[in-house]
Order: sequence, then C-alpha cells, then structure tokens
Amino acid sequence: MSTAVVELKSLEKVFRRHRVLDRLSLDIHPGDRIALVGSNGAGKTTMIRCILGQYRHGGVVRVRGMDPHAARKEVLQHVGFVPQMPPPLRMPVQELLRYSANLVGVDPSRMTAIAEAMGLDLGEAARKPFSKLSGGQKQKLLIGIALGRDADLLIMDEPTANLDPAARQILFDLLAERLDSGMIISSHRLEEVAPLVNRVVEMDRGQVVLDDKVEDMVDPSVRQGCRLKIGGRDEAFANAIREWGFESADGLEWTGVVAGPDRLKFLGVLSRYAGRLSAIHMDEGNDR
Amino acid sequence: MSELISTMRLDVAESLRARWFVIYALVFGGIIMGLLIFGLTESRIMGVTGLSRTLVTFIQLSMAILPVFILLSTVRTLAGDREAGVFEYLLSLPVSLGGWYWGKFLGRFAVVFLPVFLAMVAAVAWGLVTGLDVPWGHVSYYIALLMSLTVCFLGLGFLISAFARSTDVGQGVAFLVWLLLLLFLDLILLGLLIRTNVPPELVVAIALGNPLQAFRTAAMIQFDPQLILLGPSAYVILDNFGRAGYMAWAVVYPVAVGLLSAGFGFWWFRRSDLQ
Repeated sequence: MSTAVVELKSLEKVFRRHRVLDRLSLDIHPGDRIALVGSNGAGKTTMIRCILGQYRHGGVVRVRGMDPHAARKEVLQHVGFVPQMPPPLRMPVQELLRYSANLVGVDPSRMTAIAEAMGLDLGEAARKPFSKLSGGQKQKLLIGIALGRDADLLIMDEPTANLDPAARQILFDLLAERLDSGMIISSHRLEEVAPLVNRVVEMDRGQVVLDDKVEDMVDPSVRQGCRLKIGGRDEAFANAIREWGFESADGLEWTGVVAGPDRLKFLGVLSRYAGRLSAIHMDEGNDR
Repeated sequence: MSELISTMRLDVAESLRARWFVIYALVFGGIIMGLLIFGLTESRIMGVTGLSRTLVTFIQLSMAILPVFILLSTVRTLAGDREAGVFEYLLSLPVSLGGWYWGKFLGRFAVVFLPVFLAMVAAVAWGLVTGLDVPWGHVSYYIALLMSLTVCFLGLGFLISAFARSTDVGQGVAFLVWLLLLLFLDLILLGLLIRTNVPPELVVAIALGNPLQAFRTAAMIQFDPQLILLGPSAYVILDNFGRAGYMAWAVVYPVAVGLLSAGFGFWWFRRSDLQ
C-alpha cells in the first residue's frame, strides 16, 4: 500500500475543449513541503481543486488512499486549506468559526487560539461580518481554521501574501510544528515560499515541468537577532524597519528579530536603503 | 449539531446580512403595512371586506412579486457565490454534499418565508387589535399557499443555479422561466382557447400544471367558490377536483414541483464540477 498523502496519476481536466491538466502525475509524501509554482493558467488552482474533490476529472486522484469524491468527508477531515482570495462571506466571524469547528469536530478554541496567536483580536472581530475584516485579518482567521485541526495535508495559496512580519513568524513556527504533514504552498513567486519548502514543483500548461528537492537547511522556527546602523536619520527607513518590529533609541541603531525563513525578504527590504546602511549584523539563534 | 442544521444556520446568518434580503423584507413589510394603513380593510369588493379583503390583496401581490424575487435572488446569490469563491472555500470543509445543498435549501426557505409569514401575522395582529373578524381558515390556507409557492420557486431557483455556470446566464434563465409561467396564466389561455383549435383539455391541463396558475386559482376560490371569475375552466376544475380537492392540489402540487426541481438540481450538482 502506498504511503503517499496525495497520489495523482494521469490527471486530466478539460474545460470546453481547453485542456488545463494534461496527464499530470505527482506523489506527495508525509514531510513533503511543496512549493507549487507556475504562471497564471499553468493549472495550479485546477490541480488543487481536484485534490479537494471539487472537479470531475480524468485519471486518478487519491488522498490518503481515498477518492476525494467518493469519500469526501473522510478526506477533507484531514485537509487544511487556505485560499488565495478570501471568500466574500457576510456572516459573522464567530459563525464561520463555529461552522468550521463543528464540521471538523474540534473545539473552536483551537482555531481561535491560532488566529489570536497570529495577532487577530477576536474579541473585536468575532461579531463583525467576515467581509469587513482587513485582508490580513481574513488571512489570519483562515489560517487559524486550517491549522486548528489534525490535518495531515495543508494546501495554502499564497499564505503569507497579506501577513505582517510578526504574523509570518508565527506562521513559520506553526508550520515548523507540522513538518511531518504534507504541504502544498502555491505561489507565483518562489522566493516568497522558498524558505518553507523542501521540494519545488513547477507547472506549465497542465504538466509538471520541474520536480526537484531543495536543500532543507532553514529551520522554519529559527530566529535571527539583527542589529543595524544607518549613517543618518531617515523617516522612510524608520517606517519600513518598524514594520519588522525593530526598535531604536536614537533612530540610528536599530535592533530586532527576523524569522529565519524571512531573511531573504528582509534583506530585500534592506537593499532599498543600501546607501544609508553602515553596519548589519545578523546572528542565528540569537534573539537579540 | 448535524451538518444539515449547521449549514442551514450558516445560510441564514449569511442571508440576513445580504442586501437582497433587506429589500425583500422591506417590500413585504411595506405592502402589508400599506394595505393596513390605507384602509383596505374598510373597502368592499365582490362582497369581501375586512381582514379578508386585506389578505386577498396581499396574496395577489405576493403572487406577482414572490416568484420573481425568489428566483432572481436565489440564482444570483448561489451562482454569485460560486463565482466569488465561496463554494471553493466552504466546500473544502468536510461537509457532505447532501448536507450542504439541502442545508442551504432549508436556510433559504426560512429566510424567504419568514418575512411573508410575519407580514401575515402582522395583519392578523392588526385585526385582533382593531376588533376585526379574523378569518382563521383563510389565514391558515394562505400561509400554506405561501409556503407552497416559496418551496416551488426555491426549488426552481436551486435547479437553475445547479446548471448555470455564471450569474448572468442564471438570472437570464430564471427570468425566462418566470415569464413563461406568467404567459400561461388564465387570460392568455382563454385567449388561446378562443382563437385556436387547441383542445380545451390541453389548455386546462397547462393551467393546472402551471404553479402560478394553481396558486392564483386557489387564492381566488377562497372568495369566489364557483370560480365565476375564471370562466369556462372553472367547470373542469370543479368537476374534476371539487373545491377542497383543488385547494389541496394547489398546495401539494407546487411543493412537489419545487422538491423535484431541487432534487434534480442536487443530482446535477453532485455529478458536475462544484466550482
């Protein structure tokens, strides 16, 4: 019997004579954290919807050995899903939480604990319509619902897109606790999700054109203490660096903590102020 | 809590915050308030007066507004939800398709039926407060008719939504269905009977098969037991059904149409792409 969490064999999907998935085969095993990349129209979303049992298709889809159509409830019980675009739901947040927790069979507090850990103030948000939350708040809530259960497959579409650095660090920590799960993290930009994954699958025109292991060196939960110096006070720099939770007494020397998987993104931000920087020190494992 | 009840509750929570529901509730609340305030209880038409008169008018107006409102709002919200990714997200949760579909049906029924029911209750309360005779038989039957009509058009709406892949197509089809049913109301059928050589049995059969007509005739039979207003078709109805038989038909038949339509919609929903 296969140990794969997901098995796709010769998966085909055609919309009005347009072949979106073309005999696609892919196995995902426990511990595989896959960056699913590809341009628009490559077939990423269609493949995900086939795994979620939302599309009729040719070929075979098995999740934990089961057909997601025939055994829909059993399959989805163990799949956490975070869509790229939050649905425009008008219902209050607490109704959505209650509904999700009831279907999954967990206490809603497990989901709220994760959403709150990521910085969502549910005391304020619980009675609001979901559609009235900000993009980041919606993302945190949907991540809370996806992770607040015993899922052994996580499917996330651009999960960090609307998150601030602090919330991203929490997400990295939460994912680090689930390294035995299978994960599919779909993104247009590999650099956004690269630190989270150990395998890259690139799709083009409904086929897998690249399936490669990547060196799994970054521990998602690691933090790096960071100290920066700039040549003179700069309001734009100060605003940018404060978003990462950095603090300074004099506006010249800044200290903070950067999540390990976020280091490339952080350095990308710093590169915009390269002319101002006089010193950078990053120290893995040191929180300050 | 079962997934059916959970989904029903979720749909109610969602619908109560929708613009269409606010307009819908205002329309029916406004109609009944208007009828009561502007003194229709005092007028006398065809020997019908008091609260009966108000209720007859309310039923006639409901028949004109309710079907198209239910059809368009149901199709628009269901097809719109599918387009906007609501189905993608909520159907990624472990809910059975039956629990989801029928839960939504029940939730939508509750939301659509409640305002018209409350409007009837308001009329009765007004009658009690102002000392009018409350025609309890009429009130009960009209509530049953409204329930029947709601189920019928909700079922048709769910069927259209299951097939329509976009809001535009769904709304267009829903409007056509309503127009078709409207075309086959009695005046047009009588016209056909007179102008063409269509067998009268066929024309009457079409009238009996049109839920809108069934509803209209049943409302009429309350204050016109001989169906004089209906013309020659009345003989067929009264000879074959009798008054009580036709009243039962007018409640049961639209419910059957609605449930069969919704059932067929569910069959299609299960075997097609969910998104």
